[in-house]
Amino acid sequence: MALWTLFGLASGKATTSWPAGDGADGQDGLLGMPRYNPEQCSEGCRICADVCPTHAIEARDDKLSVDYGRCVVCQLCTEACPTGAMAPSNDWAFGVGNREDLVWASEAAGSAVPTATAKPAFRRSLHVRHVDAGSCNGCESELQALNNPFYNLHRLGIFFTPSPRFADLLLVTGPVTRPMFEPLLAAYEAMPEPRWVMAVGTCAVSGGLPGGNYACATGLEGILPVDLYLPGCPPNPAALIDALMIFLNRVPQHVIGGRVRG
Amino acid sequence: MMGTRIRSVTAGTLATEARALRETGGRMQFAYAWSPNADDIEVRYVAALPERQDFETWLVRSGNQVPSLAHIWPLLGWYEREMMDLSGIRFARHPEPYPLVLRDGAPSPGNGRDFLEYPPINGKYHLPTIDAKDVQRLPFGPIRADVVESAEFTFFYVGEHILYYQPRLFFKHRGMETRFEGCSPDYAVVVAERVSGVGTIAHALAYCEAVERAAGCDVPVRARALRVLLAELERLYNHLHYLGHLCSTTTLKVGDAQGKLLEERAKQLNARLTGSRFLRSVLAPGGLRRDLAPDQWLGEALEALRIEFVAYVDRLEASESHLDRLITTGVLPKRVAFDQGATGPVERASGLDRDLRRDHPYAFYAELPVAVTTFEEGDAYARERVRIAEIEAAFALCQRVLIQLEPGQIRTDCVAPPLSEGLGWSEGPRGSLFYAVHIGGDGTLARVKIKSPSFSNWRAFPLTVHDSNMMDYAINEASFGLTIAGCDR
Repeated sequence: MALWTLFGLASGKATTSWPAGDGADGQDGLLGMPRYNPEQCSEGCRICADVCPTHAIEARDDKLSVDYGRCVVCQLCTEACPTGAMAPSNDWAFGVGNREDLVWASEAAGSAVPTATAKPAFRRSLHVRHVDAGSCNGCESELQALNNPFYNLHRLGIFFTPSPRFADLLLVTGPVTRPMFEPLLAAYEAMPEPRWVMAVGTCAVSGGLPGGNYACATGLEGILPVDLYLPGCPPNPAALIDALMIFLNRVPQHVIGGRVRG
Repeated sequence: MMGTRIRSVTAGTLATEARALRETGGRMQFAYAWSPNADDIEVRYVAALPERQDFETWLVRSGNQVPSLAHIWPLLGWYEREMMDLSGIRFARHPEPYPLVLRDGAPSPGNGRDFLEYPPINGKYHLPTIDAKDVQRLPFGPIRADVVESAEFTFFYVGEHILYYQPRLFFKHRGMETRFEGCSPDYAVVVAERVSGVGTIAHALAYCEAVERAAGCDVPVRARALRVLLAELERLYNHLHYLGHLCSTTTLKVGDAQGKLLEERAKQLNARLTGSRFLRSVLAPGGLRRDLAPDQWLGEALEALRIEFVAYVDRLEASESHLDRLITTGVLPKRVAFDQGATGPVERASGLDRDLRRDHPYAFYAELPVAVTTFEEGDAYARERVRIAEIEAAFALCQRVLIQLEPGQIRTDCVAPPLSEGLGWSEGPRGSLFYAVHIGGDGTLARVKIKSPSFSNWRAFPLTVHDSNMMDYAINEASFGLTIAGCDR
């Protein structure tokens, strides 16, 4: 007979104290969104826009527009860029309340710090219903990881609930495929008010790679009102925790105007 | 097509060929349709012949009327239904002529309608009529408890006893095969990596091999060796997750936590090695996008993980409450596994001794000893033990690659000429994976067919559920280790 309880007790605590104190976030070496340094761009160069598979980078009027809400973190632009204007980075904590904050803007235009809007008053108890609207299962793998002993989401007072009727937050992954459209709306309708919606992963934010083809929509845009966006492909568990903490007003939003502040 | 010999077969002799393949000990792998030009459509069947390392492809050009082979090779039933939905081919005398991938009346590739202007509806789908006293019908899904992928399951049951079970899949059909079309073969590896997140390397590797065969290029040794390392690291974290998840269905709480913790450690090693917990953004046709530096740290970290894994398995094997729930649960007989095309750990647990890494070596596997473990029982316990053995073998393969790894080139030029085609494959954590790649006249991708392991195993799975009981269902499903994104694409 295996002595699991004894083993569990003897193993001690595996859970990180992050985001509090000096605990590890567990994401050493992880590559995040490319960092855009427009001052290093060569005149008229649009190599990054040409290789970008999701039009996250587009050349418009001789300028680049960079939308992190469309970025699938494939690193093609950082490899193609001859000058380091698109540089690899560890910036993965991209949770934002306003879609516009995922679009790169010059310092002046994007300097307004978003104010906390009507959010749940219960900062230490949040119930989440997840709906997979056509993901590649990368997002699910990371969402499932939230309840492993390392991240242990419960410790933060955030729980996944089986029924949308108990949920405060609808967490959606995937670009919304045709067959998932009806069930997704039904889940939203079943939630008690006030209710909030979170788009997890680049697919849910903007459609990702397959978005807009014969089989799927372009994420939640035009389908449900979104209160929290978290692009990433997939967002890692620490990014998910960070975004949920932003939503609960427990940590400030880091990304404003498409760039990481402070 | 490179990687396979092509043979023209007429619709009239197709059934004879299919029977001959069966009788000589061959095996049908998958089938797909493609249009080389607007008025032509071809159906292609890819088969493995006994004792041969390359595959054989039958090419059937008979317009959109082809006889169904589902009565000879039952596994072809789903491929034929997929072609009926997506390519408009009619398979005469098909035993289940119902939509599979698309919903009734949904647009097919090429004539997409505006999503919000015509809100999509799911309609009714085909279910058998079971009109007997006390039989209850339980629809479950597509949104289910916990964080899981979307699919709908219908149970017909009396009390605890399941009479008939039917999964409705393809809620997650994203049209990924068409996403490749028109892309540059070099960059489309990014798409392959996102067909099934937890199969990133298996998909990217099969895709790259297909393009490389079309281009006829030789991948440098270091790149091939590192590809094996990545593929085995993928197997590791997937199988560790599987063990944790299986424990959660047998309510072995600490075993669940420990399995998921080991998986997390493996994913963190992935991130440290490649910058991605899913090993993304490394593979490319011709080799690797950048070199990796596993040096000494990876070997040491894997050995530390292995020691914990061995202790974990010892505990699992000594947990009667866990084993009692697995032994004799969800038995998949060998014959059914073969007929329905079960693959990977599922088929090996049912006594079928097949593994692409050994039987059709790719990447660097020809230079490595690949241990293939099989069991005859075909139950959930056999499926667990196959995975445990594969984790042990994966640790050994990783260490072996790390020892043999020499400095060198990691990428070579790989340009697939216009109108070329190639077949690539890999043995992923869930089984055999194929990519058939056709290059168009302009050098971009004209057609990419993905045969994923979960597509095969979902076909076999329901046959272990009929005539079983409700309490075993979750355990049985977990023991198959299925993904839905890979199946639905």
